Amino acid sequence: MEPLIQDPYNIIIAGVGGQGNVMASRVVANMLSMKGYWITIGETFGASQRGGSVMSHIRVSAASIWSPQIPKGKAHIVIALEPVEAIRIMMTYGNRDVNVLTNTRPIYPVSVIAGEFSYPDLDEIKTTLDSLSSHVWMIDATDEAMKLGNPILSNIIMIGAISGLGLLALGLEEFMTVIGETFPEKLQVVNKRAFEIGRNKVVQ
Amino acid sequence: MSKLIESKEGLRVLLMGNEAIARGALEAGVNVASSYPGTPSSEIIENLSRVAKERNLYVEWSTNEKVALEVAAAASFANLRALCAMKQNGVNVASDFLLHLAGSGTRGGLVLVSCEDPGALSSANEGDSRHFARMMEIPLLEPGDFQEAKDITKWAFDLSEEIKNIVMVRSVTRMSHASGTVWFGGLPKPEKPSKAAFNVDGPFFDQETGPVTSIPVAWHHPVQQEKIRKAEKIFEKSPFNTYRGPKKPELLLITSSACNLYSREAIHLMGLENRVGLLKLGTTWPLPPKLLKKYLSLTDKILIVEEVIPFLEENVKILAAEQAGEIGVKTFFGKKEGTLPKTGEFNPDLVAAALSKILGVSYATMEPEYQKKSQSAAASVGPDRDLTFCPGCPHRASYWSIHKALQLDNRKGFVCGDNGCYSLGIWPGGYRTISTLHSMGSCLGLATGFGKLDTFGMEQPVLAVCGDSTFFHAVLPALVNAVHHKANVTLVVFDNGGTAMTGFQSHPGLTVNAMGEEAPSLDIARICESMGAKVETRDPFDLEETTTTLNHLMEEEGVKVLILRQICALSPEKRGKKRYQMRIDETRCIGEECSCNRLCTRVFKCPGLAWDQGKKKARIDEVICAGCGVCADICQAGAIIREEAV
Repeated sequence: MEPLIQDPYNIIIAGVGGQGNVMASRVVANMLSMKGYWITIGETFGASQRGGSVMSHIRVSAASIWSPQIPKGKAHIVIALEPVEAIRIMMTYGNRDVNVLTNTRPIYPVSVIAGEFSYPDLDEIKTTLDSLSSHVWMIDATDEAMKLGNPILSNIIMIGAISGLGLLALGLEEFMTVIGETFPEKLQVVNKRAFEIGRNKVVQ
Repeated sequence: MSKLIESKEGLRVLLMGNEAIARGALEAGVNVASSYPGTPSSEIIENLSRVAKERNLYVEWSTNEKVALEVAAAASFANLRALCAMKQNGVNVASDFLLHLAGSGTRGGLVLVSCEDPGALSSANEGDSRHFARMMEIPLLEPGDFQEAKDITKWAFDLSEEIKNIVMVRSVTRMSHASGTVWFGGLPKPEKPSKAAFNVDGPFFDQETGPVTSIPVAWHHPVQQEKIRKAEKIFEKSPFNTYRGPKKPELLLITSSACNLYSREAIHLMGLENRVGLLKLGTTWPLPPKLLKKYLSLTDKILIVEEVIPFLEENVKILAAEQAGEIGVKTFFGKKEGTLPKTGEFNPDLVAAALSKILGVSYATMEPEYQKKSQSAAASVGPDRDLTFCPGCPHRASYWSIHKALQLDNRKGFVCGDNGCYSLGIWPGGYRTISTLHSMGSCLGLATGFGKLDTFGMEQPVLAVCGDSTFFHAVLPALVNAVHHKANVTLVVFDNGGTAMTGFQSHPGLTVNAMGEEAPSLDIARICESMGAKVETRDPFDLEETTTTLNHLMEEEGVKVLILRQICALSPEKRGKKRYQMRIDETRCIGEECSCNRLCTRVFKCPGLAWDQGKKKARIDEVICAGCGVCADICQAGAIIREEAV
């Protein structure tokens, strides 16, 4: 078990209901669990998945489990499957040292669909996130996922990208083991491809 | 193969709280498991149903929680081990039987698991069902972490058999739906027990061999109370009550359940390990008095941290008052005097704030400057996301038609709502179509009541909406009542082919049961017809036909039922498959010039259809659109084009 930069190391995966947030948190958590870390995940599902903001908290520790809710201002990395969700997270869990990895593809809230509110452009989002964090990486995960034939793969591309950042022990080998337990063989190939695409996005 | 039946003892796994509860039941050798689905409880039975064959279990999704508990109790009466799971308000439904069951006692280990939802993250209430344990005089256990979720469940079966009564285990969303590292215990060999039998040949008053009943109460009630006293004695030595902290703490923090994890974290964050003692209770009713006396004696300041009602707080205070002569007078902090919020879900920061207030230690979660900057950034990206129906959801189409039919009818008609995804009909995403929302089945009970108020001059047409699973759960008795009393009411059943909100569990209207076996399905239309209601069935995606039918039905007297049948967009058979490829004909969409006033986006509000601020026209979001085709019928200009998907 490699020592953690911080213990507990706090990961938030945020998005909108239906984006595969829960799936992404399970994959990341299981990859780290395999390495021998104690894992705690906090998440909600049910009503919140119907178009609302969703969020999973993952606590990684060499010593014990922790609260399934990360204390305010204590996130170490925020992975946003939807860009403005990253900004919403900062208000509660952000700090100057947080790392942010976000998908670029918006999912418009009802207020934007209805034309009552305009969605900020990506440069604006990037500037805001830069001012609230240590590093920001923005990845066109949904566009890449569509090229692979299914937008849902964007969550796996994002996981590949976290792996590429090298902040946590999240290698391809662990990924394939977890994916092997989750998906039939046919889907493993495309998931591996998605993971590698994400990884290359940040490694370049 | 499910990891839950991995037999290796000592295996280290990452489990969801509900999986840990299921594993605990398997380690206890459970035979029968029953439930009605409800967030956050559903995964317990889902996981057990997946291993039913390998473990020789009988698992069912019962019609409602009362029936579920009866099914589980029957197994106990036949000396089998049984588990019954439900969400917090399910305990209300089961409570009538529970009261009598607690009086009659049980035989084989019987465990009731209530998974509760402080903060109402996926509920229409944040009911705290721990009071039922006190009211019914049965033991209550609350796991304080994921390992305990497994271990307490397992132990609950032993306790039940030891005292010969049902044992209640209470979990919360942040336990049931959270996950953590757990070590497996061993699994018993999956052997079918020797032929099950309900033995009633013995003497009347022998619980093991005689009839099982709570009467005569004068005899049974004292016996029941003797059982709870026995549990109290056992609890004095329970390993699930733990203390960590100094020998002489300044403050004693007493807690249970997920609040244990919040409290531990708050003490750690503030570096108060040497000043605050943490007494975590796993056995919360009845409280073990000697154990409490021992720890209450350590200090004069006591903080009680719990969700939602001050249940522990009140019970600890009673014990403290009884023992005041020996332990002295204590100062209590908690919900009653306002150190902690009286409602809602807790988190580590709320506990830290309480500790900070009591001990005068400062704790800032965020630098003020960062807080200000991040708050203004969040405000700039717009209001919180409104909950709305999924793209392709039949409910959006159904509410569109109901809303329109009510407008056309023009007699101030209204809709009584019920519990499921379609409860969102109370928000703008469902056009604020429903006007009441209470317990399961209340849509028709209330509507029937309204439907009789013509005696008092009420002229508004009354509608009720329920889902297919809710229909079987608790709408049926209200339907009988409505027909018998000739209420003027129109019931709309949103039949989307499963218990969709909680993850698509089966119900009596389907051809498959919880264990994946073929099952006879009950036809909602035929049931309603046989009761004497007028029944129509439509496809909600056909907006015009649905609206017209509803308007006709509202004109008629008596009980009318409109079944709107269209499978849930998230169902395994539909998910990811588009029936239509949708596009906007930009030559026809004249945007803000059109008299529709952006009806498709401003009002219809499907996530797959957005207003393009730049072009001032509607736009299909290819990634999100589910291809149901309904929006094509919304657009009066014919600008939304529906083409068969290839």
